[in-house]
Amino acid sequence: MASITLDNLGKVYPGGTRAVGDVNMQIADGEFIVLVGPSGCGKSTLLRMVAGLESITEGEVRIGDRVVNTVEPADRDIAMVFQNYALYPHMSVRQNLAYGLKNRGTSKAEITRRVDEAAEILQIGQFLDRKPRALSGGQRQRVAMGRAIVREPAAFLFDEPLSNLDAKLRVAMRLEIKELQRRLRTTSLYVTHDQLEAMTLADRLVVLNGGQVEQIGTPLEVYRNPASTFVAGFIGSPAMNLIPSRAVPHLPGSAHAGIIGIRPEDLAVDPDGPIEMQVRAVEELGAQRLVHGHTNGADLTITLGSHADLHDTLRLSAQPEALHRFDEKTGKRLA
Amino acid sequence: MIENRPGLNALAHLVLILGVVVVALPVWVAFVASTHGPTDFMSGTVPMWPGPHLVENYAKMLDTGLSTSGTPPVGWMMFNSLVMALSIALGKIAISILSAFAIVYFRFPLRGLAFWCIFVTLMLPVEVRIVPTFQVVAGLGLLNSYAGLSIPLIASATATFLFRQVFLTMPDELVEAARIDGAGPMKFFRDILLPLSRTNMAALFVILFIYGWNQYLWPLLVTTSSDYYTIVAGIKRLADVVDGLPQWHLVMATAVLAMLPPVAVVIFMQKLFVKGLVETEK
Ligand SMILES: Nc1ncnc2c1ncn2[C@@H]1O[C@H](COP(=O)(O)OP(=O)(O)OP(=O)(O)O)[C@@H](O)[C@H]1O
Ligand SMILES: [Mg+2]
Repeated sequence: MASITLDNLGKVYPGGTRAVGDVNMQIADGEFIVLVGPSGCGKSTLLRMVAGLESITEGEVRIGDRVVNTVEPADRDIAMVFQNYALYPHMSVRQNLAYGLKNRGTSKAEITRRVDEAAEILQIGQFLDRKPRALSGGQRQRVAMGRAIVREPAAFLFDEPLSNLDAKLRVAMRLEIKELQRRLRTTSLYVTHDQLEAMTLADRLVVLNGGQVEQIGTPLEVYRNPASTFVAGFIGSPAMNLIPSRAVPHLPGSAHAGIIGIRPEDLAVDPDGPIEMQVRAVEELGAQRLVHGHTNGADLTITLGSHADLHDTLRLSAQPEALHRFDEKTGKRLA
Repeated sequence: MIENRPGLNALAHLVLILGVVVVALPVWVAFVASTHGPTDFMSGTVPMWPGPHLVENYAKMLDTGLSTSGTPPVGWMMFNSLVMALSIALGKIAISILSAFAIVYFRFPLRGLAFWCIFVTLMLPVEVRIVPTFQVVAGLGLLNSYAGLSIPLIASATATFLFRQVFLTMPDELVEAARIDGAGPMKFFRDILLPLSRTNMAALFVILFIYGWNQYLWPLLVTTSSDYYTIVAGIKRLADVVDGLPQWHLVMATAVLAMLPPVAVVIFMQKLFVKGLVETEK
């Protein structure tokens, strides 16, 4: 177990693409950090630099107190779980789990002990003698995690480990990963583009955009106080409404801000409300409804209980503390 | 495509049966010929059913051979062919899997050049470079040796290409997982690449064994001592008689014997062979 420090970390690919730049972060021992951002924002690159699979072109990675910039992946004391699991197809599950230990010269008895323990934790005991081909996606996922666990590494690295699973299994595995990490207390770095997965798993979130860190914070901090319009639009589902302030002139504080952000769930129907919304479409979700429309030319989405009355125009209001103000040019949050 | 119409079925079978007959008839004629006595062919009609001399003809060829033609017993020639075909098949697989490994997984200076050099040899089969190759082999004193028979045929690019294609289909994550698991390059090669290319190696072995076994021109050139005659080239020497008629029944017995090892290889390795040709899942 160890902390991980990223110091001005950056990556320029040989072609000149700048995939990551100026990332500074301190990951505490035992912390669960989730890197989240849209496709192509450099999440995998960042993770792979920590793993040692991608060379570091700027800055430093430290695991514990050791600078690992030029250390081979095997010697960094990390374990990685890949999106497509990357299990060795010709080895049985047991051999898959044991391979890394065998290469390190761990004793036979110790290998058996650790493999059995991991199999117990992940409930894959009855598959130990099967080949990966004979396992379902979820079971393969467990084996891939088992391969990481048996190593007892300083840190786990996950690169979108759940994105090949169906929605239901994804939710179940998400919970399991969280529990597992609580139990093992191993520092973890987890990459996903799914903001819900990020919110539920993370001790702290790192929101990346175009290779730059937009915001670092606990899921609630990021949700309540998004640092920029990018974060505001990315975290939370349905996404926060970002409205030019001239479209909502009667809201408090709108005079001083370029963009007002309001989460759909923070808008309530109120006959005396300052916002008038023309309803365009309604999405029925069962427990609630998503109502899409616009006000003074700006798009607006709200969530309503499924029993609420619907009209062609709705008057809406929001609590003052539910309003987020952003600068129009930089997109940064205004105090 | 799965069609289930009786008419089509019958047609498909007809075509297949026709194909089998066309392919099998010469083999049958050769077999029948090998079971008759020496005079049966002089009569002018070719017999279509096996004669009574099967054991006698085969025993003679395997045991003493046809001394008048200057060839050793067939058993000995088959052994030579076996050594040559095995050396070619195994040597080619060993060399090409290693070179493909280097080309796919290592970045070294002049890697592109190395690749193109290998590529160019594809356009130079043995027959094209036979004179210079003979010169080199003669200069090295390898005439009349197993090395001279097999080494020049080992050098070629087809197998390297095949393995390169196989390696390129291996997911990158597998390489990375192995790196994190602490497998160095050679360990990765031995523990992961080799086992995963097993079926491809088997398929290649079958193809190359038959390729080596069927070599004709090259063994004819580099062997002057009957100790190193191979069977396929030997058949030609058996049929060459200066005065008198070729002993067709014995030549045919030899031809049938020459056919057996490749057939055996195909039959025994069929399962792996087919898997290697069609398997895509990695
Ligand atoms: N080997 C490479 N050479 C050049 N550019 C690359 C290379 N790998 C990635 N990139 C570029 O770097 C940027 C970040 O890529 P990266 O794979 O880290 O994105 P990501 O956030 O993981 O995306 P996704 O969610 O789709 O996996 C992209 O713009 C990509 O085109
Ligand atoms: Mg990625």
